[in-house]
Amino acid sequence: MKKYNLNHLRELESESIYIMREVAAQFENPGLLFSGGKDSIVMVHLAVKAFWPAKIPFPLVHIDTGHNFEETIKFRDDLVKETGARLIVGSVQETIDSGKVTEETGYEASRNLLQTQTLLDTIEEYKLDAALGGGRRDEEKARAKERFFSHRDEFGQWDPKNQRPELWNLFNGRKRLGEHFRVFPLSNWTEMDVWQYIYLDDIKIPSLYFTHERDVFLRDGVWLADAPFMKKRDSEKVVRKKVRCRTIGDITNTGVTLSTANTLEDIIQEIAATRVTERGGRADDKRSDSAMEDRKKEGYF
Amino acid sequence: MNDTNEKFSTKAYLDMELLRFSTAGSVDDGKSTLIGRLLYDSKSIFEDQLEAVQRASIRRGNENLDLALLTDGLRAEREQGITIDVAYRYFATPKRKFIIADTPGHVQYTRNMVTGASTANAAIILIDARNGVTEQTYRHSYISSLLQIPHIIVCVNKMDLVDYSEDVYESIQEEFSAFAAKLAIKDIRYVPISALKGDNVVEPSKNMPWYQGGTLRYILENIHVGSDHNHIDPRFPVQYVIRPQSDEYHDYRGYAGRIAGGVFRKGDKVMILPSGFKTTIEAIDLYKDELEEAYPPMSVTLRLSDDLDISRGDMIVKENNVPQISQDIDVMMCWMGDKPMKPGTKFYLKHTTKDVRCMIKEIKYKVDVNTLNRIDDGQELKMNEIAKVSIRTTKPLFFDSYRRNRNTGSLIVIDEGTNNTVGVGMIA
Repeated sequence: MKKYNLNHLRELESESIYIMREVAAQFENPGLLFSGGKDSIVMVHLAVKAFWPAKIPFPLVHIDTGHNFEETIKFRDDLVKETGARLIVGSVQETIDSGKVTEETGYEASRNLLQTQTLLDTIEEYKLDAALGGGRRDEEKARAKERFFSHRDEFGQWDPKNQRPELWNLFNGRKRLGEHFRVFPLSNWTEMDVWQYIYLDDIKIPSLYFTHERDVFLRDGVWLADAPFMKKRDSEKVVRKKVRCRTIGDITNTGVTLSTANTLEDIIQEIAATRVTERGGRADDKRSDSAMEDRKKEGYF
Repeated sequence: MNDTNEKFSTKAYLDMELLRFSTAGSVDDGKSTLIGRLLYDSKSIFEDQLEAVQRASIRRGNENLDLALLTDGLRAEREQGITIDVAYRYFATPKRKFIIADTPGHVQYTRNMVTGASTANAAIILIDARNGVTEQTYRHSYISSLLQIPHIIVCVNKMDLVDYSEDVYESIQEEFSAFAAKLAIKDIRYVPISALKGDNVVEPSKNMPWYQGGTLRYILENIHVGSDHNHIDPRFPVQYVIRPQSDEYHDYRGYAGRIAGGVFRKGDKVMILPSGFKTTIEAIDLYKDELEEAYPPMSVTLRLSDDLDISRGDMIVKENNVPQISQDIDVMMCWMGDKPMKPGTKFYLKHTTKDVRCMIKEIKYKVDVNTLNRIDDGQELKMNEIAKVSIRTTKPLFFDSYRRNRNTGSLIVIDEGTNNTVGVGMIA
């Protein structure tokens, strides 16, 4: 008997492509939230596949905190050039300058929470009615119940009681004026799936993910990258170490791991053996048990 | 937690299949403990998650590690100690990747169970060995069979509390199979377990030498999923039309979508619905590759030999194998909305890639999910109730019975005022 089977990565890929095409079909003005991290890079790759040989029919949207790794910005610009995609950049600095939000102070200061306001402003300015994001359900407890199509009200807020049931392949993207959807094509992918897919399809990723030497300091058991805007305590001494990023957020809240992983295979082996979740190194999630849930309610990712 | 010595094999990971299964059962049945055990024992739980749960277990007053806490997500749930929604969990063994649709067991969450079951290849039905087959067992089994889940695994749990008695297990097995015969479920397996102690979940039980079947993990790893899709009736709902109109691809016109049934091959003679036009498949594109054939659940782009006017909502089929075409359909419907449905009300309806409006004309009969008896009540359909209804749509749909094809046999109904999905239907 002939075997009509897909391996699980191709099945996940097929599902994600289906979701992207649904977004293009159901919404007037979608955008793809691009952070420069591996999940959004995989999303761009999937979008290219979904609409080939036409260009991606929606822009990439980058909410720039101003605290990015330099490599992230360069990678983004190269990718935009390569795919011919349109790029929209929302600037957190501008949101701060306008007085809408206040810069955090103190040692733990980060622009992570401020991103929410910039994101909502950008969505409103460009009248985006759907924002594709790279969120996965395995990432964090509050995402385990997230839908593919996640309804946000006119304040950009996520109400867990307001989400629509999703059955089979049927996605209900109907909404009123002023509301929008966040759509997560990678919902069923795990961290390991993403890396394996990068390996399978030979997808280019920023060098930050591979081992390199960097000035870092230790805070609360997590190594953080040093940068001019990082406020350090006297006890936090800067040293040079061989590190790599397992997840890429802002410099202020991305923990780097001591690692000599040089190739994709090395990274995959390292993750397979690892004992801490991907986001375990993210200081933004540590703030409270329900950190992610609270941020989502306010309109974050 | 033991550290595994086996080197992780990237090659093996790239060659795995995906199995989606649903878990149904109440808090007391130990469902969350079972899931926690599956994640924990296949080393899919990380140290920091474990630490967080240890902290929460102590805070809550549990001395032992409460594996159920690993799966409870939202704040309200953690406070109430029950799961409210459908939660998706992920784990992988060296043989397969799994997606668990974890659903509550209470009858007031029937709609959540229906949701979780809709894409499942397998259902785990949990029975507390002390209680045997209960109303809840009937309900979960009925929903699994209604949603056409191909494989059912009956786990008789808490065997440690009945002294690992073979008699207890066998009498439960007998009672369940007698009842399941009414449901026409194709594939049922049974396994005696203790989620709390770990017997027969991942490791074989030392306490039940009389059980010669595989562990739950072994069963999950070996269920044959390949034949669960319909490979017989070719169905391609057009999802999106790709027209680059660029210099390089000036004349390219491709119909993108997900194969919903059957097998399509390059060179196949096909027919377009609703127009009835006939043409040939010139190529099947998947990004830059041209495929010889495509089957479910692949997402591809079809190019046709003729220049036709085809749009989203149309369907590509074969001339000698046409779906049913009608504006009048009979559907088994589960109501999901807060507001009860009164016959005569109009809704939006979504079926494959088609959007139409409809009216639910009549409630023919309801089904009591706890007893499977029919109830003669055509007044209104309340949330969590299941009934056979007749629907009339504004435009004809191209469909198959749900039994034949879960993709072309399913639909959802949307409230015109709130835009919420209020009903889901399986075409009879």
